[in-house]
Amino acid sequence: MTPAIELVGIDKSFGSVHAVRGVSLAIEKGAITGIVGENGAGKSTLMSILYGLYHADAGEIRVDGQPVRMESPHDAIARGIGMVHQHFMLIDTFTVLENLVLGAEGGPLLAGGLAAARAELARLSRDYGLTVDPDAKIADLSVGEQQRVEILKVLFRGARILILDEPSAVLTPQETDQLFRILATLRQRGVTIVLITHKLREIVAATDRVYVMRQGQVVAERRTAETDAEELAELMVGRKVRLQLDKAAAHRGEVRLKAERLRLVDGRGVVLLDDIDLELRAGEIVGIAGVSGNGQTELLQVLAGIRPPSSGTLTVCGRTIDARHPGDPAEMREIGVAHVPEDRLRQGMVAAFRASETAILGYHEQPPFSRNYLLRGPAVGAHCAKLMERFDVRPRVPGLRSSSFSGGNQQKLVLAREMARDPKVLLVGQPTRGVDIGAIEFIHRELVKSRDAGCAVLVVSVELDEILSLADRILVMFAGRIVGEVESGRADERTLGLMMAGAKAA
Amino acid sequence: MKAARRPLPVWADIILLPLVNVALAFVTVGIIVRVIGVNPFHALNLLIAGAVGSPESIGYTLYYATNFIFTGLAVAVAFHGGLFNIGGEGQAYLGGLGCGLAILALDRYLPAWAMIPIAIAAAALFGAAWAAVPAWLQAWRGSHIVITTIMFNFVAAALMVYLMVNVLIAPGSMTPQSRNFEPSSSLPAMTGSALNLSLALALGCCVAVWIFLWHTPWGYALRTMGHNPEAAVYAGTNLRHMTMLAMCLSGALAGFVGVNELMGVHHRIVLDFPAGYGFAGIAVALMGRNHPLGIVVAALLFGALQQGGAELAFEIPTITREMVVVIQGLVILFSGALVQLPRPWLQGLFAFRRPS
Repeated sequence: MTPAIELVGIDKSFGSVHAVRGVSLAIEKGAITGIVGENGAGKSTLMSILYGLYHADAGEIRVDGQPVRMESPHDAIARGIGMVHQHFMLIDTFTVLENLVLGAEGGPLLAGGLAAARAELARLSRDYGLTVDPDAKIADLSVGEQQRVEILKVLFRGARILILDEPSAVLTPQETDQLFRILATLRQRGVTIVLITHKLREIVAATDRVYVMRQGQVVAERRTAETDAEELAELMVGRKVRLQLDKAAAHRGEVRLKAERLRLVDGRGVVLLDDIDLELRAGEIVGIAGVSGNGQTELLQVLAGIRPPSSGTLTVCGRTIDARHPGDPAEMREIGVAHVPEDRLRQGMVAAFRASETAILGYHEQPPFSRNYLLRGPAVGAHCAKLMERFDVRPRVPGLRSSSFSGGNQQKLVLAREMARDPKVLLVGQPTRGVDIGAIEFIHRELVKSRDAGCAVLVVSVELDEILSLADRILVMFAGRIVGEVESGRADERTLGLMMAGAKAA
Repeated sequence: MKAARRPLPVWADIILLPLVNVALAFVTVGIIVRVIGVNPFHALNLLIAGAVGSPESIGYTLYYATNFIFTGLAVAVAFHGGLFNIGGEGQAYLGGLGCGLAILALDRYLPAWAMIPIAIAAAALFGAAWAAVPAWLQAWRGSHIVITTIMFNFVAAALMVYLMVNVLIAPGSMTPQSRNFEPSSSLPAMTGSALNLSLALALGCCVAVWIFLWHTPWGYALRTMGHNPEAAVYAGTNLRHMTMLAMCLSGALAGFVGVNELMGVHHRIVLDFPAGYGFAGIAVALMGRNHPLGIVVAALLFGALQQGGAELAFEIPTITREMVVVIQGLVILFSGALVQLPRPWLQGLFAFRRPS
C-alpha cells in the first residue's frame, strides 16, 4: 500500500544549525505513527516542513505517492493534512461552533455557515465518537474537551492526516488516556495520525510504529509492538539510560518551611491559593503534582518571597512571613532559600547576559562577587567556571551568551547557581522542562544528593513520572488547593491522576 | 521563521554597521545636494573643513560633541534599564535652571573652587528631579514613561519661559535673560571657541557610566531589569526603586548640558539653550549602541555635523540653514531609525565569505 506521506531526504538548516539531516520516513495510511526524540532533535522542524511552515533546503514530500510542494499551511490543508498544536488556537469567548467556522465561515452571512457547520459537526461527532456541545463557550470547557475541539476543527477542514504536537503536555493522565482512545477510534475510521512527543510511555501506549530522531536524523524505526521504553530511550539519547532513580529512604530532620492557611487572592478577587497547609522538613523531597495552572506557580512565588500572601503565615527557618510582613526574594536568599524558577528563560536567567553574569543572578550583591561597591569580574568568572565544572555545563565558556546554551545546560547552570551555597531550603519548579534525557538523569541525582546532605527540597512538576521517581512525599494541587497527600511508596499514577482532576480527595 | 542567518561578528556589529549607516546617509545627502545644484564633493570638503579645518572649528566641534555625549549617555543609562527617556530636552533645560539658580544665589560669595562644584551638583540635582517625576509616575502609577517624559519637555519649556520673563529677567533688560554670572562660575574655556572644561566632565561621565553599568551590582541589576524584568524581580531587585535610580541618573546626565551651555558659554540663564540636544541624544545613543565609547564616537560625528553644517550654510548660499537640518535629519534617520537596514546585506556578505 502507498504510504499516506513519504518524506525523502529532507534537509533543513537554520544558519549554522543543521536541524534536519537527510530524513526519510513513511507514514502508513490509517495507522498511528509516533515520532519521538529529545528537545532539539528536529521533530518539530520536520513537522513544520510537512505542514508548509518551513521550506526544506532539499528533499521531497510525497502525499499518496505524488510529489508535492508545500508552500504554506494552505497547501497542507488542501492535501488533507491538519495540525493540532500544543498550544490551543481557540477563542475563549466564542462557542465551539463559532470556533469551528473561524476562517471557514462560508459566506458573508454567518447564519448559513453556522447551520451547515452544525450539521457537519453532528456527523463528525457521530462518525468519530467525538462528543462536544456545539453551543458551549470554550472558556467553560475542560482542557481535554478544548483539545477535542481542536481535533474537530482540523477534521472539519477535511483533514485525513492528523499531526499532533506534544498533545498531552496540558492533560491529566486520565485525559491523556481519553485522548488515546479518541485517536484509536479515528484510526479505525481510517484517519492517519502522526504523534510527536518526547514521552516514551505515550509512544508505547498509543502508536503502531515509531521513528526515533536524534540530532536531526532518524536513527531508528521500530514496530511499537517489538520495542519498549528502555530501548527507545537508549536510541533517543545514544547511550544506556537508567529510567529508574536509585535513592535511599529519606532521613527527615527538623521543619524548615511551614505554611499555614496560606491564601493568595489577585487584584480581581480571584482566589489563586486557598488555605495551603504545607510542611517541609530537612532531608526530604516533597513533590507537588498537578496539572499546570492549578496554583503551583503562585505557590512557588509565595514561598520564594516574590509575592506576599494575602493571608495566612509562612515560616521559613525561623522567619515568619505574612501579609503585613512580606518577604522579598533577596531576603529569602539570605535566610537560605534557593529557588529554581519554573520558567528559566523568563525568570531564572537573562538571555542576553554572559553565562557568568547569569550565574550570579540574585547573588550579585554578595561577596565575593561584589566588594567595595564594585562587581569583581574575575571572581564572577571563576565562580561560573567552577559551577560549570561541577555540573558539567557545556560548553565550559563563562563568557558565552546564556541563550547560546541548550535548554539542559541552561537548567544545569541555574540549578548549579542555586545549589552553590548549600541552601537550607531548595524550591525547584519544573526541574527538567525542556531538558534532554541525559541531563534529566543528572539533575535528578543532584537533587537527591542535596536531599541526602540535609536540604529540604520542594519539587513542583507537571511530569507525573518525575514526581513519582523523585519525591518522598507527594502533594497534589487542584484549583489552588492541596487536595491530597500520598507517601511516595503508596502512590500510583491512577489515584494521583484522579486527584489532579479534582475528582477525589485523599 | 527562525533566525535564518548567523549574527554578525562583534566588530562588524559595533564598527562596520554604523559606518555603513553613515555612508548611506552621506550618499543620500549627496544626491539631494546634487539636485539643488551644488557639487556634493565640494560641499563635503567644506563640511569637513568647517568641522576640523582649524583649531577653533575643532573646538566648536568638541563643544557640540560635549552636549551630545551628555544626552547620549542619559538615553543609554535609561535604555539599559528598559526605559525610553525622551525627556532629555526638558531635563537639560531644568539642569540649566538648577545650576543657574545656584550661581545667581551664591556667585557673589563663593570662590570658583566652591562655586563650580556646587553649580554642577545643582544641575545634576535639578535634571534628576525633573526625571524623577515621570519615573515615579511610571513606577507607582503605571503611566507610560515615553508619554510623561515627552510631556515634561513641554512643561519644562513653558516653565522656563515663565521664569525668564517674569522672575529671573535681569532688571531693566528687554530680553528674557538673567543677569550675567560672576567670573567665579565660569569654566575655563578655549579662546576663540566655545569648548570648555565641560568636555572633561563629559568624558568623566563616560567612564563613570561604564563602571556603573558593567562593574557595580546596581548596574548589573539595572541591566537585568532592562533585559528581563521578571528575572530582576526573581533576583530580588525592587523594580520601582531601580526605575527611580535609572531615571534620576539619566536626568542628571542630561542636566549637565546646562553646565556646558550656561557655565561654559552663555554665562547667564537664557532661553532655548537645549536646542534639540535632548532629542539628538536618542540618535547618538542608538548609533553608539548604548555604550559610552560608541556614544563618544557618535557624539563627535554629530558635533562635526553641527559645526561643519553651520560653516556649509555660511559658505554656500543655496545650502540654507534648513538644508543643514535636513542633512542631520538624514544621518539620524539612517543611523537611528534605519539602523538595522543594512544588517541583512552585511550578514549575507559574511555568510558568502565564510560559507557554513
